[in-house]
Amino acid sequence: MDWFLANSGQVFTLAGQHLALAVLPMVFGLLISIPLAQVARQSKALRSVVVTASSLLYTIPSLALFIILPTIIGTRILDPLNVVVALTIYAVALLVRAALDAFDSVDEDLRQAAVAMGFKPVARFLQIDLPLSLPVMFAGLRVVSVSNISLVSVAALLGIGNLGMLFTSGLQRDFVTEVVVGIIAILILALLMDAVLVLLERLLTPWTRAGAAPGAVAARPHAGSGASPEKTGPAAAAMRLSDAQAGGGGA
Amino acid sequence: MAEAMIEFQSVTKRYQGGQPAVDDLTMSIDQGAITVFVGPSGCGKTTSLRMINRMVEPTSGTITVGGEDVTSVPAARLRRSMGYVMQSSGLMPHRSVLDNIATVPRLNGVSRTDARRRAQELLEVVGLAPSLGKRYPSQLSGGQQQRVGVARALAADPPVLLMDEPFSAVDPVVRDELQKELLRLQRDLAKTIVFVTHDIDEATVLGDKVAVFGVGGKLAQYAAPEEILRAPANDFVASFVGRDRGFRHLAFSPSDGVTIHEVSTLTPAELEHDGGPPDGNWNDGWKLVVDAGRRPLGWAGPGRATGAGPVMVPGGSLFRKGETLRRALDAALSSPSGLGVAVDAEGRVAGVIQAAEVLAVIEAGRRVRQGAL
Ligand SMILES: Nc1ncnc2c1ncn2[C@@H]1O[C@H](COP(=O)(O)OP(=O)(O)O)[C@@H](O)[C@H]1O
Ligand SMILES: [Mg+2]
Repeated sequence: MDWFLANSGQVFTLAGQHLALAVLPMVFGLLISIPLAQVARQSKALRSVVVTASSLLYTIPSLALFIILPTIIGTRILDPLNVVVALTIYAVALLVRAALDAFDSVDEDLRQAAVAMGFKPVARFLQIDLPLSLPVMFAGLRVVSVSNISLVSVAALLGIGNLGMLFTSGLQRDFVTEVVVGIIAILILALLMDAVLVLLERLLTPWTRAGAAPGAVAARPHAGSGASPEKTGPAAAAMRLSDAQAGGGGA
Repeated sequence: MAEAMIEFQSVTKRYQGGQPAVDDLTMSIDQGAITVFVGPSGCGKTTSLRMINRMVEPTSGTITVGGEDVTSVPAARLRRSMGYVMQSSGLMPHRSVLDNIATVPRLNGVSRTDARRRAQELLEVVGLAPSLGKRYPSQLSGGQQQRVGVARALAADPPVLLMDEPFSAVDPVVRDELQKELLRLQRDLAKTIVFVTHDIDEATVLGDKVAVFGVGGKLAQYAAPEEILRAPANDFVASFVGRDRGFRHLAFSPSDGVTIHEVSTLTPAELEHDGGPPDGNWNDGWKLVVDAGRRPLGWAGPGRATGAGPVMVPGGSLFRKGETLRRALDAALSSPSGLGVAVDAEGRVAGVIQAAEVLAVIEAGRRVRQGAL
């Protein structure tokens, strides 16, 4: 605790760097995955190509990717951009499938209804597919958020600033407290991110929490008849039922 | 003769080169009337309907609406000029009822305020409480959702309504209400409505004209519902219409000749002190139990005083004065006392009718028709 208080400034700086390295790839991943998923939905063949490719991408070890990327995209090995690009690749791998599931979750009848009402494709995507895919999309985002925050710490092995550096320096100096602080900080960061995502989802999808309101079942406007309900009740109900069928008029 | 609004000219649709889903369809749909497409599942009703608003493109043939080839209009604009209602309400779950109704006007560029004001009016037109406008669709019953679907289809005041089994998923009582509501609306609006159903009963209740589709997407008969029931064009139509078509046909015969007899009634309070039927009562001792407003509650059975039978038994269906012979016969046959209860427009007991007399009227009608042949 003393160590943390003495070094809190440094921990917060590292947490900030960690957060940026985790969040940026998530945003880029989302921007790439959504159109990619839309394209993949056009045909069965495209879809299986995209799904297979995304699974393969995810199996590349992260450390290897951090090291290979500079030679491919021409950055320096210490450039944080490597981390952002690598994690964006992982995010896309996860989010393309989430996005596919998310768009699949939108009721096909509703799409048909939208076409029938004269929605053009872009308007339909923005006003119907996108908002209605949010609940499933957010489930994917929460996985990516946790996965990114843990993957970022690997980049500390290369000396790129983030909370993972507390592990590397703690290990080098054989100083357990620093490692523990690092673990707790990463845990808190992951929990905070998750909470933010949950909150965001709640804000963006108010309709999912609208329970069946009272009176959802059509109330019949007939008044009870009053006298001796044990006797008149069932009979009166039967009469009313047949009355409705015989054309008692609308509610 | 009504003017044609929609015309199919030798329209054929094959999906992926297989058997035709719709086979050489030529028909003309009247303006301002309800035309029903009816037939067993898979006979091409939905396909035919969706070719009108180009959700499905015909393989060959042309379709015109108001004299214009549908392919000459951009698809989105064509669709906005036709209301569309389907079986699953197709409402957008993430938008309020009001915003759902306002959809097409909004697509047409009407301001949000104006579109919502119109939507609010439409809620009442389709018989929904104004307060429901703020709810999400999931907070409504199935019947209410279908009403919203109808309101949404009407929002841009299109001349044509396409309805694909809109009432098939709701329970029979609600379906009956929705059908009546549609007929009531249609009296005021006089839209050109194309209505798809697999239920011949619904077809004959709603249709000004009924098109019976057969397997393979062939039009088997296209005529007024009464004619389809009375004179099915072939065995397929006859079997589709069903064995009880004779009974259904009564739905088109007026009940003018049916005599309404007086009936002895008592209130539930009087029933408590009723000594039971005197011997030799003309109707085996049945008495009609009514409330203070003379609305029928049930029948007091002959065994009520001696304890040999229940005090009161539920009544059958009601016959409203001026309704058809079908209602009259059903009321008489479904009544435990053998007497059908006739009520006036306010639902008060007007008297009773007898099955034998209803049958006599039916028979007399048949003789008249025979004489005319
Ligand atoms: N999108 C489609 N692709 C291939 N076949 C279809 C498609 N839609 C309908 N069909 C086929 O066309 C025939 C008619 O279908 P449909 O018009 O939906 O019938 P209905 O509405 O009368 O039940 C059926 O045999 C159905 O399987
Ligand atoms: Mg269909």
